[in-house]
Amino acid sequence: MSSELNHLLSLASAGKMSRREFVGRAGALGVSTAVAGTMLSTAVFADTPVKGGLLRAGMQGGESTNTLDPALAASDVPFMINSTWGETLVDVELNGTLGLRVAEEVSSNADATQWMFKIRKGVEYHNGATLTAEDVVATLKRHTDDKAQSGAQGIVKGITDMKAEGDMVTLTLAAGNADLPFLMADYHLIIQPGGGVDNPAAGIGSGAYKVVEHEPGVRTAFEKHANYWDSSRGHADQVEILTINDNTARTAAIQAGQIHLMNRIDPKIVELLKGNSDVAIERAAGPGHYVFIMRCNAAPFDNNDLRMALKMSVNRQEMVDKILGGMGSRGNDFPINAAYPLFDDSIPQRELDAAAAADFYKKSGHDGSPILLQVAPGAFPGAVEAAQLFQASANAAGIPLQVKLEPDDGYWSNVWNVAPFCASYWGGRPVQDQMYSTAYLSTAEWNDTAFKDAHFDEVMIAARGELDPAKRKGMYSEMANILRDNGGLICPMFNDWVEGRRNEVGGWIANPAGTLMNGKALSMCWLNA
Amino acid sequence: MHPIIKLVVQRIALGLLLLLAVSVVIFLGVEMLPGDTAQAILGQSATAESLANLRESLGLNQNAPTRYFKWLGHALQGDLGKALTNQQDIAHAIGQRLGNTLFLAVCAGVIAVPLAIALGLIAARYNGRWPDKVISGVTLATISLPEFVAAYFVIYLLTQVIPILQPVSMVFPGMGFFEKLHAVALPVIVLVMVVLAHMMRMTRAAILNVMQSAYIETAELKGLSPMQVIWRHALPNAVAPIISVVVINLAYLVVGVVVVEVVFSYNALGQYLVDHVAKRDLPVVQAVGIIFAAVYIGLNILADLIGIIANPRLRHPK
Repeated sequence: MSSELNHLLSLASAGKMSRREFVGRAGALGVSTAVAGTMLSTAVFADTPVKGGLLRAGMQGGESTNTLDPALAASDVPFMINSTWGETLVDVELNGTLGLRVAEEVSSNADATQWMFKIRKGVEYHNGATLTAEDVVATLKRHTDDKAQSGAQGIVKGITDMKAEGDMVTLTLAAGNADLPFLMADYHLIIQPGGGVDNPAAGIGSGAYKVVEHEPGVRTAFEKHANYWDSSRGHADQVEILTINDNTARTAAIQAGQIHLMNRIDPKIVELLKGNSDVAIERAAGPGHYVFIMRCNAAPFDNNDLRMALKMSVNRQEMVDKILGGMGSRGNDFPINAAYPLFDDSIPQRELDAAAAADFYKKSGHDGSPILLQVAPGAFPGAVEAAQLFQASANAAGIPLQVKLEPDDGYWSNVWNVAPFCASYWGGRPVQDQMYSTAYLSTAEWNDTAFKDAHFDEVMIAARGELDPAKRKGMYSEMANILRDNGGLICPMFNDWVEGRRNEVGGWIANPAGTLMNGKALSMCWLNA
Repeated sequence: MHPIIKLVVQRIALGLLLLLAVSVVIFLGVEMLPGDTAQAILGQSATAESLANLRESLGLNQNAPTRYFKWLGHALQGDLGKALTNQQDIAHAIGQRLGNTLFLAVCAGVIAVPLAIALGLIAARYNGRWPDKVISGVTLATISLPEFVAAYFVIYLLTQVIPILQPVSMVFPGMGFFEKLHAVALPVIVLVMVVLAHMMRMTRAAILNVMQSAYIETAELKGLSPMQVIWRHALPNAVAPIISVVVINLAYLVVGVVVVEVVFSYNALGQYLVDHVAKRDLPVVQAVGIIFAAVYIGLNILADLIGIIANPRLRHPK
């Protein structure tokens, strides 16, 4: 390794240079992006883990109605709990590459219609049984079953045949999908003994920690799984996840040292917390975004000129500054950002343009009656304030936008996906295809903008089977442009993960794919004495 | 039958009838909320297909009266059923949480009740002078603060400025008694602040009321000290109104402290109820609602009875 590269590496691992800058400058020395990413994570890991102790995370996003059934996980706390006791076939590593977990090898046939996963030998569940290829197939099958009400049902639906032979699992698809391995990283698809058919909420898996106590919405206590296969994870003897939904209490708890890690720091208090020498603020630019959605089949939003008028009248920078406290980036009216592989960063950023907005509004021939934007405080943090900013900038452009406040209670059933124009959020997905298939394909169940475009659908299906990354990138770019200029999505901002870590916690590696190192913070971090 | 026993039986029977009525009201209330359990559970991830599946597996397809009487039948046999949302056994979950609720209420009550009465007596003794004014002023100030403001204030003061307590009060099995006391110290302080004034002022008013009577003058004239007069002669005759206010505050400590529970992440019944209302989990809402109603009704019956026993005129009705 050249001495210059070594120097860059030491800067980057000490946090004095950003990951992006490191990858860029290493690239100038002839190192590929993937290699540079791996080098950096290795360098960060060189910090020696300390064994033992009790590591505690305090989190928002849990209720006493939660369950341990991975199929039903929907909020942050169940996601974190399940990621601590369970493992998926693969996971998404920090630079958007595929990490191997229960599967130790992934391969496909030429047209990506058949995928083979070789199951790692000697992976043991907490109950002492060995994880087998049959368990993997049974798990995936359970998630296809209507009765399981799995959040991953849409993912496994495209698999026409699942087969276990020896230590190989073979999945056959109706149509080629180059992203299939990434879909297997979905947090619902935790491998359970016998597929979890008998007792889906048993909380028995093959993760680094086993559940010893679980009180939903309060506390889940774990201890180290003695026979865990991966020695690079599972450093603390015990870990705990406490549900602390109140922002102030959670922040006070990390300041007082009652917890070591916390999710969702309120952007408003980040500046204040920076003065605390015990707590570090960890940011990661993720794929999550806050949105205003217009249903393209409902008047007056069935008129693209009106949609464009509204899109042009959003002051995105103001929202990033005021709603996210600067902890995020501007959106461009399609649901993809640099957190995704194959993102096209050459698509021009949409800016506030009151004149253009007024022109589009005039062209739409709208009758001037109030355009209602329905919003509830729980649509996303700061949703009401964001809607008010939107109203102000739209009114300035002569568009009669009016905010209508709705109660949080029942918002997701009575307003979202029903009302013609409302506020919402998306958590993002590991790959572009999954995001688009979930919410923008004509036939998607959660097509909350009622966006239907035959050409868009065609390109999406074709991109799945396209194995040449350059060509796929071009196809995704075309889709992004279609959605940006024709869709019902107004995406003003992508929100960063903003999380807290006490300084005695080592091993933190920002992972934009999900909260608290994509759910692995407790398994990968350790407590420095 | 002794009139008191008759009265007790009567009150308890009425209380049970009232509970039945409460269960109907709760059931209707949850029915009237928009959206059903299946919608609430699946939230943003609901699809028509998954909704239909879930409704069927939860038994939501039956009509409302059928579901109510089914629930009632099981509840009368002591079977509270399972939570619709996560299939947890309700009796078990409630048992743990009820214990925590009572623990917090008892800790706060044990401090607040004697303190309030003592302060009330002192305020009455020094009526209109500075101790009275200080006590009234301070307690009125603490009751006027919204609970969460008081909570944030003590969190800031006692975990950040003087870090002797912990901001998160969760208790769980396996903790020792003193460990638990340490954990709930902050919410107890807040609750004491909140309930103190009401009881203190009622004690003061009741005592001052009795102090106008002729027999108090007699007691003073025979040379008793002011504190002895209050303690021996005024307090026993002022006990009925004081008890009824104390009981109302105790009931509040059991059923009304959800804001404090949330701020301190204390795992008691209030938070449990709110979570399940949000998910329209009817069996849990019913069960917790009934428990809360029973506590309220029970404590009120108790207050009535103590009032009657303490008052000879009511004890021996003509």
